[in-house]
Amino acid sequence: MCGIAGIIHKQAGKGANIGEQMTSMLQALKHRGPDSTGYAMYGEDNGNQIMRFKVAEAADLEGSYDIHAEIEGRLALIDSRLAELGVKVVKKESPTEYAHRYEIEFSGDMKKVADFVEDIEGVEILSIGNSLELIKDLGDAAIVSGQYGLDGFNGTHGIGHTRMATESDVDIRSAHPYWAYPFSDVAVVHNGQLTNYWTNRRALERKGHRFSSNCDSELIAVYIADRMNQGDDLETAMKDSVEYLDGVFTYLVATKDELGMAKDVMAAKPMVVYEGDDMIALASEEVAIRKLFDHHIETFDPYHGEVRVWQH
Amino acid sequence: MATLKEDKSHEMGLHEEQLKGRTQQRFFSVDESENLTYFHSFDVDTSKSGTIDALDMTPREINREIRALMEKGIGDITVDNPMSRHGVGVGILNRLNLTFSDSLGYFGCGLIDGPNVHIKGRVGWSCAENMMAGTVVIDGNAGSTFGAAIRGGDLVCKGSVGARTGIDQKGGTIIVGGKTGAFSGFMMQRGRMIICGDAGMNLGDSMYDGTIYVGGEVEELGVDCVPGEMTELDIRYLTDKLALYGMKAPKGVEKMQKYVSGKQLWNYDNLEPSEKKLVL
Repeated sequence: MCGIAGIIHKQAGKGANIGEQMTSMLQALKHRGPDSTGYAMYGEDNGNQIMRFKVAEAADLEGSYDIHAEIEGRLALIDSRLAELGVKVVKKESPTEYAHRYEIEFSGDMKKVADFVEDIEGVEILSIGNSLELIKDLGDAAIVSGQYGLDGFNGTHGIGHTRMATESDVDIRSAHPYWAYPFSDVAVVHNGQLTNYWTNRRALERKGHRFSSNCDSELIAVYIADRMNQGDDLETAMKDSVEYLDGVFTYLVATKDELGMAKDVMAAKPMVVYEGDDMIALASEEVAIRKLFDHHIETFDPYHGEVRVWQH
Repeated sequence: MATLKEDKSHEMGLHEEQLKGRTQQRFFSVDESENLTYFHSFDVDTSKSGTIDALDMTPREINREIRALMEKGIGDITVDNPMSRHGVGVGILNRLNLTFSDSLGYFGCGLIDGPNVHIKGRVGWSCAENMMAGTVVIDGNAGSTFGAAIRGGDLVCKGSVGARTGIDQKGGTIIVGGKTGAFSGFMMQRGRMIICGDAGMNLGDSMYDGTIYVGGEVEELGVDCVPGEMTELDIRYLTDKLALYGMKAPKGVEKMQKYVSGKQLWNYDNLEPSEKKLVL
């Protein structure tokens, strides 16, 4: 029982404080899952690539031997490997000791960079994209938002997740959203359980896809990536995913300028949609959407097997 | 032969004819008139009205406030700004006119017996679950499992509802102005469901009994749900019932289709091995 939420502002080029909006929505969904909170938000594209990665788990900081020196070592190794590939790091930020954000200038094969960096022990790339900022950590929305300074984040659209860990551990690795490696700016959040995870994971792994966790939701991100790799657009991939995925689910996908939702054929997981003139907000429960409005709004529940995609 | 020493057994309390305290048998005794009504039900006057502004209240505070007003004998309560909160307006066991001026979240007005509720917005999942009597009228849409296990009363949604409407329905009437999702009337056992619009797949799946009327298209019928014959009585019932809530079937009541249980799941077709031996 996780909580998912999404928001997209339709007016082109005009952003809003989605950081604050997403936090208030996710905080209202805290009762659906307090283990971890994650955001995938789309800000302004300044031409550079944004790479968000972590070099250790939050829990490692307490338990592991000599972890602080280890983290230093891993970061130095990342820097040297990036330099080796000719990647220019424009800006470095470190919201926490283990989570980092690099702004990079690079026009070559991003997959190669991702693979080379992830080859380092303990390092996982959370996202790469022109405008995608993927933030996930343990705790509720208020904690994560405070930790990563998301209050003033301006952007066009975003998706988020509050997690009740059922299928895998409580750690950042298994937290949502998932980046659809290696595609720039694609992220997924999911509420539900997938029952054909292992069969499909093995099939996709044989095709050369990477799984970084044991969380069933990662399958959706990898599947979408696989379909986009074959040249399908988001809506086609999502429509096929309803048949491909077995189990109960409602999930949201965001790309650089789209936001999509899909519901399983049993309609077992909730989703409430508000479609306004200038914005669309959707969440597992209406109580989250109502955090953005102080007046009556018209909302509806999508039906079984329904797929919807909105452009911004 | 050993005989039971009666005096000893009396001492041990083995011959008590009646158990002490309020037992099940004495619950509805005429002498104890207070037991004829529910614990926590109030005698209210519907001409007295009260308003609650729920903007900064938790669901528990809202429910307590409704109860506090009912204790004062107020029988016409309006709740402003419920802000789609969950579990509001539940467990009301007496007559009452209750109005919500905006939408409710999950489990709104569940476990009620008697009140007339009007929700001027939408509701989330499981609205009026296990309702016993009264009416609930919703102006907007409703979520899934609308009227789950309802036993009586009228539950009306003027918009569209989600999946599994009236799952395990055991009585009463569910009226939907728009569409309903998949698995509506799943394991329905009694009562009536009136869907003015379309119905999703597996309508009336594994229904034991009861009646479903559909005004629009049915995507697919569920296991053991079969079309029934519309009678004069059905048409009269539908006309009167829909008129009561100012609703209309889009194509007219006469064009509505009736669905009932095929009763094929009531018994197994196959014989048990022991029975087979007998027959052969």
